[in-house]
Amino acid sequence: MAVIIKDRQVVTDPWQRLELAPDGSLPAIPPAGDILAPLALWQVERNALLARPGRIGVWLDSHEDPAAIAEDLRHFGIVAVNFPKFGDGRGYSTAQLLRSRYGWKGELRAIGDIFRDQLFFLSSCGFDAYALREGEDPQEALAAFGDFSEAYQASVERPVPLFRRRDRGVADGGRGS
Amino acid sequence: MQASIFAGKTAMYRYDEIDQRLVDERVVQFRDQTRRFLAGKLSEDDFRPLRLRNGLYIQRYAPMLRVAIPYGLLATRQLRTLAHIARKWDRGYGHFSTRQNIQFNWPKLEDVPDILAELAKVQMHAIQTSGNSVRNITTDHFAGIARDEIVDSFVWCELLRQWSTFHPEFSYLPRKFKIAVNGAEADRAATFLHDVGLHAVRDPRGTGSDGASPGGEIGFRVIVGGGMGRTPIIGHVINEFLPWPHLLTYLEAIFRVYNRYGRRDNIHKARIKILVKARTPEKFREEVEAEWAHLKDGPSTLTAEEVRRVEGRFTRPAYGKLAGDDAGHAARLAAEPAFAAWARRNVHPHKVPGYAAVTLSLKKTGVPPGDATADQMDAVADLADRYSLGELRVSHEQNLILADVRQSELHALWQAAKALGFATPNIGLLTNIICCPGGDFCSLANAKSIPVAQAIQERFDDLDYVYDIGELDLNISGCMNSCGHHHVGHIGILGVDKNGEEWYQISIGGNQGRTTPSPLLGKEGVPQSGGGGAALGKVIGPSFAREQIPDVIEQLIRVYLGRRESEEERFIDVVWRLGIDPFKEHVYGSHHQRQASRNRSLAAA
Ligand code: SF4
Repeated sequence: MAVIIKDRQVVTDPWQRLELAPDGSLPAIPPAGDILAPLALWQVERNALLARPGRIGVWLDSHEDPAAIAEDLRHFGIVAVNFPKFGDGRGYSTAQLLRSRYGWKGELRAIGDIFRDQLFFLSSCGFDAYALREGEDPQEALAAFGDFSEAYQASVERPVPLFRRRDRGVADGGRGS
Repeated sequence: MQASIFAGKTAMYRYDEIDQRLVDERVVQFRDQTRRFLAGKLSEDDFRPLRLRNGLYIQRYAPMLRVAIPYGLLATRQLRTLAHIARKWDRGYGHFSTRQNIQFNWPKLEDVPDILAELAKVQMHAIQTSGNSVRNITTDHFAGIARDEIVDSFVWCELLRQWSTFHPEFSYLPRKFKIAVNGAEADRAATFLHDVGLHAVRDPRGTGSDGASPGGEIGFRVIVGGGMGRTPIIGHVINEFLPWPHLLTYLEAIFRVYNRYGRRDNIHKARIKILVKARTPEKFREEVEAEWAHLKDGPSTLTAEEVRRVEGRFTRPAYGKLAGDDAGHAARLAAEPAFAAWARRNVHPHKVPGYAAVTLSLKKTGVPPGDATADQMDAVADLADRYSLGELRVSHEQNLILADVRQSELHALWQAAKALGFATPNIGLLTNIICCPGGDFCSLANAKSIPVAQAIQERFDDLDYVYDIGELDLNISGCMNSCGHHHVGHIGILGVDKNGEEWYQISIGGNQGRTTPSPLLGKEGVPQSGGGGAALGKVIGPSFAREQIPDVIEQLIRVYLGRRESEEERFIDVVWRLGIDPFKEHVYGSHHQRQASRNRSLAAA
């Protein structure tokens, strides 16, 4: 089984990821096991997926709107967001919306072109699991979570921006200095 | 809220412990990324976006490192550090860009982490000076001292610097993103030519409680989708009055719409202006408002305490209490025409009685515009320490500004600046050329730009003639990326490539915005007049070879001088009044020239 980073630890991954064929046709549904289905499969085969044993999760591609699964989240054991290229930053907004607008509390996984140098921001936006691309060492990548010790902005990870935490004296506001 | 919070007199922002820690942590992070790249653990493709967001390009001849000068404000110890970096890691000079940054053209990749560490010691960095993220936020170089000030834009720029630094959701945007903030009545920050422009305004519905101030609460006019580059567009106002507490949440709404829906399939169509145009500004505005409905009044809503805290971290200039205009200064102006000529162009009014702002020109003929040697940087730092409270500004016109000079010391400063070669009295005039690094340094260039600027400066070396021509912005870019802002030059020159040859396209009629408030227009002691809104120049016709450019400029000027109705009517006014045809006809006029130009185009096509 492949390993992933989850909750900042390297763990084995029980989920089997299904992909659309290059021509866009839907993949076959395995009879058992936990599967991570592309959005299109979920939309077409919803009943079949719910009827089978094993947990179901859905992954969104970078252009897919999280609103499409907002009503269905209760069925899922995992939601994943694909980053086709690491410079494609749409998934950060997708995660932010899934967490803060649609209330997704379960595992939120970044998949695709993922490596060490994105982890800090991904984590800020609400991802808690990462399937690194091939060839990356997840153990080494763990250090990335410590790249920065603070952030100015409000995010999923820090719902209150630094300036409001400074007001409360949680952080050094440098007042009067 | 007291007005003073929004209209203070700032000098330098001082980092607090967290600001410093984040910059230090960035150095460590980049050092590790560089190490992994050099060890072959990070591919060139993966390293590129990482180094770009630290300002590091691989240029034609060597790497180029772009260091942020946030909102153009520099303390003298920072300038001395830049000089030190130029000496130690570069070839002894730096280039001040049109984006209130400084670029070093020769650092070695493996030295860059050390350079960043050196910068961090003086609260500087190269964060997000490149790459598809929010770039250095720019503003009016007269912020905090202008007589038409509404708010001190430096405070708002710093608030936005913090908000945009390492923004987790908006660090991988479709394309680079430039924000300009303008805090005065006049727009000296070209807010209509940025991805987002923010222009401080007072609530038009309010009235000042003391009866003296002209309006109510402070807010911002929000302009989106302006920009230069290969598709120049004047921005659209999507909110006439956004009350200041909502600034960050409203920006987050704009950014989220852009991050999700901006095009990522074509680098040339990825700027927000293309999205705004495709959606129409009205539709884009609706989407922003719909997104904002979720964010409005949320935790990112700014508080008066935070604005005050950031304002409080700026040092205050220790102005002396002066009675008013200095009598000795007036006498020296009357006695020395050369001094008066310099003062007329290079000295600017100040809101504190007895003070003035001074532009030190980096546009000496024969020197690439914006270039400064390490020795010059040190010398300017000395001048700023001696005459201007230890602080200076970088203008987008690539000059340096001493913002807080006593009028009584202007003469001494002028003499010192003259000895150093910074006193070219040409601010706002034709020879104060704005010019990108071009083909001499930039790997994207179609053509060289610096030799063109030099040739024009040499042609117009008669200062009296340049004064007679009056206010004129001349801008040169080496390619469509428009770093020299040629679209908004009264005369714009663009390097184009035709079958591997360097050609130059000329446009006229561009304008960066209404740079002087109308009540001050035409008043004594108000140089750089500049009326009229932002406008894009129109191309006059087929391109020219490099050696023809000075002649063409001269012909354009001749048409202007022949057609102007008075000395007050500027070049740009005449272009707007008459259109480009008279200029075009004169330049391409004679049959002979038309034929020659056609042959050239055919030969090059
Ligand atoms: S305009 Fe073009 S040539 Fe000039 S600096 Fe920008 S990218 Fe380079």
